[in-house]
Amino acid sequence: MQAIHWDSFFFLFFALMTCVFAIAVVVSSNIVRMATYLVASLCGVAGLFFLAGAQFLGAMQLMLYVGGTVVLLVFGVMLTAKGPFVSMRSGGGQWIVALLVGGSLLAVLLQTVAVVQPIAKSRPVAEASADQPTTTQLGAGLVGVRTDQVGQGSGNGGQTSVYAGYLLPFEIISLHLLVVLVGAAFLARAKRRVAPREQGLEL
Amino acid sequence: MAQALIEKLDGWGFHWLAQQGWIVYLLIGLVQVALILALVMTCVAVYTWMERKISGRIQDRMGPTRVGGRFGWLQPAADGLKLLCKEDIVPAAADGLLFRVAPYLDFCAAFIPFLALPFAPGWVVQPLDTAVFFIVAIGGLEVLGVILAGYASGSKWSLYGAMREAAQVVSFEIPLGMCVVVPVLMAGTMNLTDIAEQQRGWLWNWNLVNPFALVTFVIYMVCATASANRAPFDLPEAESELVAGFMTEYSGFRWAMFFMAEYCAMFLLALLGAILFCGGWNGPVPIATWLGLAADPHHWTFLGFLGNCLGCTNLIIKGVLGVIFMMWLRWTLPRLRIDQVMTTCLKYCVPLASIMLIGTMATVFVVRGGLASPPPHKTEETPVKQRTESPLSLRERVRVRADGTHAIDSRLPSPPAPLPDGKGSLVTPVAQEGVS
Repeated sequence: MQAIHWDSFFFLFFALMTCVFAIAVVVSSNIVRMATYLVASLCGVAGLFFLAGAQFLGAMQLMLYVGGTVVLLVFGVMLTAKGPFVSMRSGGGQWIVALLVGGSLLAVLLQTVAVVQPIAKSRPVAEASADQPTTTQLGAGLVGVRTDQVGQGSGNGGQTSVYAGYLLPFEIISLHLLVVLVGAAFLARAKRRVAPREQGLEL
Repeated sequence: MAQALIEKLDGWGFHWLAQQGWIVYLLIGLVQVALILALVMTCVAVYTWMERKISGRIQDRMGPTRVGGRFGWLQPAADGLKLLCKEDIVPAAADGLLFRVAPYLDFCAAFIPFLALPFAPGWVVQPLDTAVFFIVAIGGLEVLGVILAGYASGSKWSLYGAMREAAQVVSFEIPLGMCVVVPVLMAGTMNLTDIAEQQRGWLWNWNLVNPFALVTFVIYMVCATASANRAPFDLPEAESELVAGFMTEYSGFRWAMFFMAEYCAMFLLALLGAILFCGGWNGPVPIATWLGLAADPHHWTFLGFLGNCLGCTNLIIKGVLGVIFMMWLRWTLPRLRIDQVMTTCLKYCVPLASIMLIGTMATVFVVRGGLASPPPHKTEETPVKQRTESPLSLRERVRVRADGTHAIDSRLPSPPAPLPDGKGSLVTPVAQEGVS
């Protein structure tokens, strides 16, 4: 009987949990359900952190992001609820545009991620992390310091390049979130400017 | 622990089981969770009985007397049976999925922190270096279940209860977090096993003796009562105003889940308070040390096992006393209004906790000459032989004890050879950090 590697099993479990619930956030049309799925997705990320041995980071993820989402949930209920359950339906055209934009972003991200050589466990770190797993190697790999390639000389030449680590996809995501933030603020403001008189009383 | 067990199994002749390591890991996990679940559920059953008995006595009544003998000790079983037989109703106006999920979320948030809570030296499911932070972070998720329950019920009473819960718990998490930081500062670690071990010895070794910690403990108990939604802070439930608050639409077993979560949270906060302030598993008099019952981190000894049993009993007694205190409060004080709740939190608890925090920081800074330096060990006089003989540092020793193996000292990596291109400095800090 094939042995089960629990590390891989739980990695797949938490990764699947994160991805499935992230998709559920997009697909769902009820605000509170969206927030709940977001909480589940963020909990999956926290689980990945715990699995990597970054306990402080995992607890921080739960405290800040999940706690923050709870407050979001409360505001979602308090400020937007006119009927019993708020639902936000998006039309077919919006879906197509959103799929196009999201798909192209995914393609760019996948391309930048695929360029990076996967991190191999270097000897000293592998021995040390047998007792206590750390994220040091992953963290250094993120910013392009590849501890696993040090011994191999400068043959791969990737150490000074942007493509050595996962910094580029990370920055693309950060920029994307900034754009989303600005867009959300713009949309929220534009609604009030349309007819300040008529809607002023309802507020 | 798992590796040691696999080696032992191999030695005892169970070669097939030793080769199938994943079964051993699975069994260890299941047994640990079952033990904790059994302990917590037994305590919850006893607490429901105690609540009825104590409330009865405080109100000059008898409490349960019929079911199971003179003291009505079978009452929890009868209650449980009744709740299991009740019809499980989901209101037509409810959001079915969230309505069904909410009680489990609530219970999980109250139960999961027990996995990081040590009951005696080494008796912990998952030894975490940041156990205090982990417990506070997961315990804070309980509010999510309550808000979801209140919202998904599709009832105005429930929604009122959920909104009160959100306001109350989100505010009280701030002073609660500050209170927890005070003993962490005094101990210089977030590892609960270390914090409790530093209070070994006589009563005056407990953190509670420190005047700052004493005041902090009082604030902690107030905040714990509020976090567990117990009277006088039971606004989310508020039977006389909101029917049953966020639980109005629940029945049967789902309703029971909320109650189990409440008693779990009370027990957890009482145990955490006992470890942080009241010496953990160390009694006021070091009887266990006199009898030579100190647990040896390297080998399983019968005396050490006895000592751990004694310590575990000690800790649970302290936890039960804390829960009894919360029950006593509930049946003595009237419910506060929401503005009074907020005043208690923002006007009294937060400033007091801040002063205590700053006072502790100043004390630690003056006495120890810096916040980063390790605390003086109060346990020096205890006759634990490893303290002087072992070459390991305190942190390493604790990890060895928690794992039950001595893998650390044998696996210290040799310093990596300097690289020809002078990039050896890249590897060295990583390798050292992996071990320390």
